[in-house]
Amino acid sequence: MEHFTGKVWVLGNDIDTDIIIPTEYLALKTIDEMKPYGFSPLRPELAGKIGSGDIIVAGKNFGCGSSREQAPEVVKALGIRCVIAKSFARIFFRNAINNGLLLIEQPDLYDDVKEGDTIAVTVNQDIEYQGKRYPIHSLPDNLVEIINAGGLVKAMRRRNGLEA
Amino acid sequence: MGMTIAEKIIALAAGVPEAKAGNIYTVSLDRMMSNDGTTHLTVDMYYNRLKNPHIADTKKMVFIVDHNVPSDSPKTAASQKKMRDFAREHQIDFWEGKGVCHQIMMEHYVRPGELIFGADSHTCTYGALGAFGTGVGCTDLLYGMVTGTSWVLAPETVKFNLVGKLREGVYPRDLMLTIIGTIGANGVNYQVMEFTGPGAKTLSVNDHMVLCNLSVEAGAKTAIFEADEIALEYLRARGREPKAVFASDPDAVYEREYTFDLSEIVPVVAKPDFVDALAPATEVCGVRIDEAFLGSCNNGRIDELRVGAAIVKGRKVSDHVRFLVVPASQEVYLQAMEEGLLQTFMESGAIVMNPNCSVCWGSCQGVIGENEVLISTGTRNFKGRAGHPSSKVYLGSAATVAASAIRGEICTADML
Amino acid sequence: MGQTIIEKIIARNIGRESVRPGEIVTANVDRVMLDDIMMPFIVGKFQEMGFRKVWDPDKVVMIYDHLVPASQQDDTRHYRVGDAFAKEQEISNVHRSDGICHQLMTEAGYVKPGDVVFGTDSHTTTYGCVGAFSTGIGYTEMAAILGTGTLWVKVPETIRVEIEGELPEGVMSKDVILRLIGDLGADGATYRALEFTGSTVDQMTVASRMTMANMAIEAGAKCALFTPDEKTAEYCGVELSDFQKGLTGDADAVYCRTLHYRAEDFAPVMACPSQVDRIRNVSELEGTPIDQVFIGSCTNGRLEDLAAAAEVLEGKQIAPFIRLIVTPASRMIYEQADRQGILRTLIAAGAIVTHPGCGLCCGRAGGILSDGERVVATNNRNFLGRMGTSKVEIYLASPRTAALCALTGTITTRA
Repeated sequence: MEHFTGKVWVLGNDIDTDIIIPTEYLALKTIDEMKPYGFSPLRPELAGKIGSGDIIVAGKNFGCGSSREQAPEVVKALGIRCVIAKSFARIFFRNAINNGLLLIEQPDLYDDVKEGDTIAVTVNQDIEYQGKRYPIHSLPDNLVEIINAGGLVKAMRRRNGLEA
Repeated sequence: MGMTIAEKIIALAAGVPEAKAGNIYTVSLDRMMSNDGTTHLTVDMYYNRLKNPHIADTKKMVFIVDHNVPSDSPKTAASQKKMRDFAREHQIDFWEGKGVCHQIMMEHYVRPGELIFGADSHTCTYGALGAFGTGVGCTDLLYGMVTGTSWVLAPETVKFNLVGKLREGVYPRDLMLTIIGTIGANGVNYQVMEFTGPGAKTLSVNDHMVLCNLSVEAGAKTAIFEADEIALEYLRARGREPKAVFASDPDAVYEREYTFDLSEIVPVVAKPDFVDALAPATEVCGVRIDEAFLGSCNNGRIDELRVGAAIVKGRKVSDHVRFLVVPASQEVYLQAMEEGLLQTFMESGAIVMNPNCSVCWGSCQGVIGENEVLISTGTRNFKGRAGHPSSKVYLGSAATVAASAIRGEICTADML
Repeated sequence: MGQTIIEKIIARNIGRESVRPGEIVTANVDRVMLDDIMMPFIVGKFQEMGFRKVWDPDKVVMIYDHLVPASQQDDTRHYRVGDAFAKEQEISNVHRSDGICHQLMTEAGYVKPGDVVFGTDSHTTTYGCVGAFSTGIGYTEMAAILGTGTLWVKVPETIRVEIEGELPEGVMSKDVILRLIGDLGADGATYRALEFTGSTVDQMTVASRMTMANMAIEAGAKCALFTPDEKTAEYCGVELSDFQKGLTGDADAVYCRTLHYRAEDFAPVMACPSQVDRIRNVSELEGTPIDQVFIGSCTNGRLEDLAAAAEVLEGKQIAPFIRLIVTPASRMIYEQADRQGILRTLIAAGAIVTHPGCGLCCGRAGGILSDGERVVATNNRNFLGRMGTSKVEIYLASPRTAALCALTGTITTRA
């Protein structure tokens, strides 16, 4: 079972896609160019502080709003290993899966965890924080397939005979 | 010795019997105009640099938000807010979204014989009504605002004797581009262009504006027509009286003179990246364009919209062209709407924007991208003026611009 | 057992008698909408996936609206990428400056009742106004659809919303959907379909229904559906088939939740900064000073919206120093509003009328605000920083309320 640890950044409820990446920057040519503006309306300094392998923990409805796939791509490009939230908005959820960004729904961790602390995640099993274990569900099969393929682009490349 | 119109206006503003080119005069300003291009800088100086900030006469001040309307960025919004707040606090006449500043000034303020400073280079437009309007920086404007006065070096006047009549399909804009191309972009540096002669009588106030407006592109301090009956009628219709109606004296001194025969003018363009890079429109026919712009303080009035609409009526804008039509003021917009011109433009596939500087200013609407080509009725075609540094801008008449929008490449109206 | 509207649409689409919520099925896509802002990403992913040909060019609609007119130097790159793709793939349904994608999809006849439609914009839920299943997706999934013509969907549960009676004077469908979002919460309908029914809804114009379907996403909904009726048929220019006529929720269909409203209980409301579900009665906010008003967007930029504003503003002047920006939702709406004198009334009252497009709603131009400013807007989102800095306060309201606010320069319900 995949296992990793990471430093936590705590965000609130209803973190919308315009916060994750404002429309102003959506037409920049690459995700790397957009990256510095991630979360800028809410916490302009955050993008510069996030390190590779860090974890975002948020409240309900993370990723609500626009269908902009730049949002999960920016989160991933910032080095975020996974996002743990009480719940996710629908389009963001699909977009994240399709880009291989791991999302975990967990109802209780958000209320306990403090920013800067470290948590340990065992995928499809649980999260450990200060000795307490927070159970997590496994994903539906069709999504596991996309993730196992390495995202939707790779799944389609395989379909089109471009990858084994 | 006799005086030119410009000298007479300066003499009146200076309170002296006679003004002569080459002398410096302290003048009382009749009006000062400032727009959102620079007013925020003036306001900053007003609050931060002056020991005793005050305004000599708020009634002389006009603030006009026209460059980026509606606002395109938080930075623009902050500048405009500063301007708005200042106007409100000091009870300065304030116009927002009503049109390009020079058009608003002509419609509501300018009177023959006035001396007007504007913090915008195309303030020279006001000579169309026999006023002396000239562009200044915000430091000069601030000085004028605080003291009500300024100094001017009375400029020499160059006479442009216009004869004949423009042929059908040829417009004042073709004439002015031809004049600039002939005398060069610094052809009348620091001088006044005075338009006169029988050809001038064949032109409307609108046409005067087209000519005066572009005079700064030949380096002129301003350009001026004698306020004729047509100009006075324009004024009367708007409930204004002239300050003074001046004609140049028969023995006035001109630095030099040119004669242009209007009947010989043909449709022309200014090629990238200089206003004086003159060429007959036929020479650049076939250049593929990405965008066309009909608007600006130079060429966004009802006359030009009529010309453009007549050409696009019943036709479709080329698939690969964005055709932006931007009336110079709400008054023009409503008139064009009344006449069904906007309907015609919309049916053709054009993008009809609210009155503002738009593509001519190049920073918030119809910004052109890498290697793209624009044909425009705007005032300038400097490198990068309308967007990406690699983009190219051609200047042409409303007819040439509209025809090119339909064809998808530069062409003249008679080629459609 | 009976079915809800969404279940009927999905079942028909995959050639089955019925489907049940929670099932994962592969839908056959009737139409897709690609907008300008996503264009380079869609095309890039399509190529990366190794596809050569779009499955059916006639089913693809490309609409430039977020970046029209271009406000930044790289914006036109999106048109160029789109134009090249359209040429290569022989896609002829391309709209380059005709208005907002969601308005055009139904207005130009691309979506019919019962269709399954996906778009690269979250407000794709709008087409539920004519009884189509439509929802927003990301550019990677769009690229996959372009190659395959299919997409997996989970059949959603349905929340039924019954509204009976006549709305009070001055209350628009915007007030209804805002109230509903407030009651449901911003995630109250996540992964679910909304189904609207009742005499109030029956009396609404298609345009009013569009406003509601459009904003369903703000409660997290996957889609929002109205039963097609005669008004729908006329709007879509079709004769309703038996299937289309039958797109009603069956009496014995299973709903995860049913909400009942009396139309008489609705009042003008606003979504307060910076959450769409933070709903207050306008009367509670009375007197709050504002700086700008925006009337437009795929939510409320239609003819009836502009007419409602014009009715308020006829013969009057907006308050000094207030900007009123009006952005019609489409070229056709602009032309109609022009012919009916609505634009003239608005401009005479002091409005700035822009070319149809997303305008201020998408926050790239069209009236961006500055720190400390407050805007009343008729669009769908008031997220932090959406219309300028994060110190701009956005209040969402109906066009009628917005016009009243412009008149007085304050939040108000009074003419």
